[in-house]
Amino acid sequence: MTATTVQQEHTGTRAGSTRPGRGRVLGHSLTIARRNLVQVVRSPELLVFSAVQPIMFVLLFNYVFGGAIQTPGVEYIDFLIPGIVVWTVAFASFGTGIGLNEDLSKGMIDRFRSLPIARSAFLTGRILADTVRIMGNVLLLAGVGVLLGLRFAAGPVPALGGFLLATAFGIAMAWVAAPIGLAVRNAETVNSVGFIWLFPLTFVSSAFVPVASMPGWLQAFADVNPITITIDAMRALVLGGPTATPVLQSLAWIAGITVVFWVLAVRQYRRIA
Amino acid sequence: MTDAIRAGGLAKSFGDTRALDGVDLTVPAGAVLGLLGPNGSGKTTTVRILATLLAPTSGRASVAGYDVVEQAAEVRSIIGLTGQYAAVDGTLTGLENLMMVGRLLDLGRGDARRRAEELLDRFDLTEAGHRPVKTYSGGMQRRLDLALSIVGRPQVLFLDEPTTGLDPRSRAELWSIIRELVGDGATVLLTTQYLDEADRLADTITVLDHGRVIAHGTSEELKRQTGGQVLELRPADPAHLGAAAEALTSLSGGSPAVDRESGLVAVAVEDASLVAAAVRRLDEAGVPIADLALRGPSLDDVFLNLTGHRAETTPADEASGDGRDQRSAA
Repeated sequence: MTATTVQQEHTGTRAGSTRPGRGRVLGHSLTIARRNLVQVVRSPELLVFSAVQPIMFVLLFNYVFGGAIQTPGVEYIDFLIPGIVVWTVAFASFGTGIGLNEDLSKGMIDRFRSLPIARSAFLTGRILADTVRIMGNVLLLAGVGVLLGLRFAAGPVPALGGFLLATAFGIAMAWVAAPIGLAVRNAETVNSVGFIWLFPLTFVSSAFVPVASMPGWLQAFADVNPITITIDAMRALVLGGPTATPVLQSLAWIAGITVVFWVLAVRQYRRIA
Repeated sequence: MTDAIRAGGLAKSFGDTRALDGVDLTVPAGAVLGLLGPNGSGKTTTVRILATLLAPTSGRASVAGYDVVEQAAEVRSIIGLTGQYAAVDGTLTGLENLMMVGRLLDLGRGDARRRAEELLDRFDLTEAGHRPVKTYSGGMQRRLDLALSIVGRPQVLFLDEPTTGLDPRSRAELWSIIRELVGDGATVLLTTQYLDEADRLADTITVLDHGRVIAHGTSEELKRQTGGQVLELRPADPAHLGAAAEALTSLSGGSPAVDRESGLVAVAVEDASLVAAAVRRLDEAGVPIADLALRGPSLDDVFLNLTGHRAETTPADEASGDGRDQRSAA
């Protein structure tokens, strides 16, 4: 250690120490997003696992259940891919919750909260990084789908819209996981809580089977489930069919979920004791 | 000289637990205050309030004149915080950790890198700078943690048990770094359970117990308050510990303390002439003595004298106040 290397001047305040402006908030968010993406890239085993899992589900559902599930008028692979995409991005929210929980338990959140940066920058940075992760998943599944015979019957531009819609839905789900990750005791609990709300929500939907094949009382739930609505909107965009109603309904859900859980997440972040 | 830290009547409750119960503190600019107390005494809660991480239930506090609640943003721009656990990103390298904080403090990319390299050098981490932090030893992680909290050249530095869990060599290294920072003019508030740490680093010491300040003064003042000296003796047979303590009970003002682990009985004595009396009493009680010494009081004795228990922690204490466990529940 060289004591003379730096003469610190403890008298000055940092540049721009007053309340953060919008440009600075964005800059801080990007810095944190970058950090979270570096974490992803440096965990190759997690990266491989999060790619293999959805591909495995596509193969299992398509070849094991595909023959038994009746999807009138469409090939099962065409029916399945939008379902698996939305299912996958919903489960990608685990990463958001667990990542935030680890930052909480390891004291990183204390570090960020003691810095003169906007309270929202830390969460926004996390979600920005997760958006990249979600897009990676969506692209991968689109590619696998094409290899297995998925055709964009409605044309490439609506199909692109469909994949973007799924990404937006994934971001909304990430915001749902954020306050949970900041509130519970450990990563295992984040997992358990995630399974409890995500399994019923994703399976009681049009993800893997037509809703019409379910008992009536379950159909009532499946029909209003935002997962069903988003998958149906995506199917319409990718495979063709009336798009306006399901897309608008899906966007309304995405906007509503995002706003509510963004507020809850920021409040939880502020209240961390 | 103005006060860098002021707190008045600071109180904080978590549900039914009263973690802080009216704490007053002042730290002059450029001074080092040691906040001493067992787990659950309210040290961490105090630091978290002063570092704007936690709002007090009642009372006020200011850092460099800025109110920690009303002007939290201003406070954050002039403080550095090193928490109880090394808050470093294990996946990033040391350099990346430092650069990230620099960027968050609005340094340009080049400035952030220069500052990061400067700090790696200063904290003897240059060689490890390009390795992921999870490969660092505990001592290296704590050094990096401290480096991260001074990237922005803070005027006021909060160190919450900075050396807990470190081996003696790493502790000594960290102490010398902290002394350097103080030499540079920073005001430091340091919490510790180690009495020798407070003794070595702090100008003044505030002793907390159960969320209250129970003593304040320089190390010397606190020791003087405890009474002159301490007579420490070891009965030849550990079974005689109780009998030895009993024999010494009315020797002086303080009651003797028995430490079964080390097999020692310690009692405060106002003057050295009492040693002869002590020996006589032990002889009359039939307690053979293996070892006997007179020493100046340590802060451990001070703590014992003030609180009736040692500064070391008991599991019951851990549950009641400072704990990190609490925060996720809160």
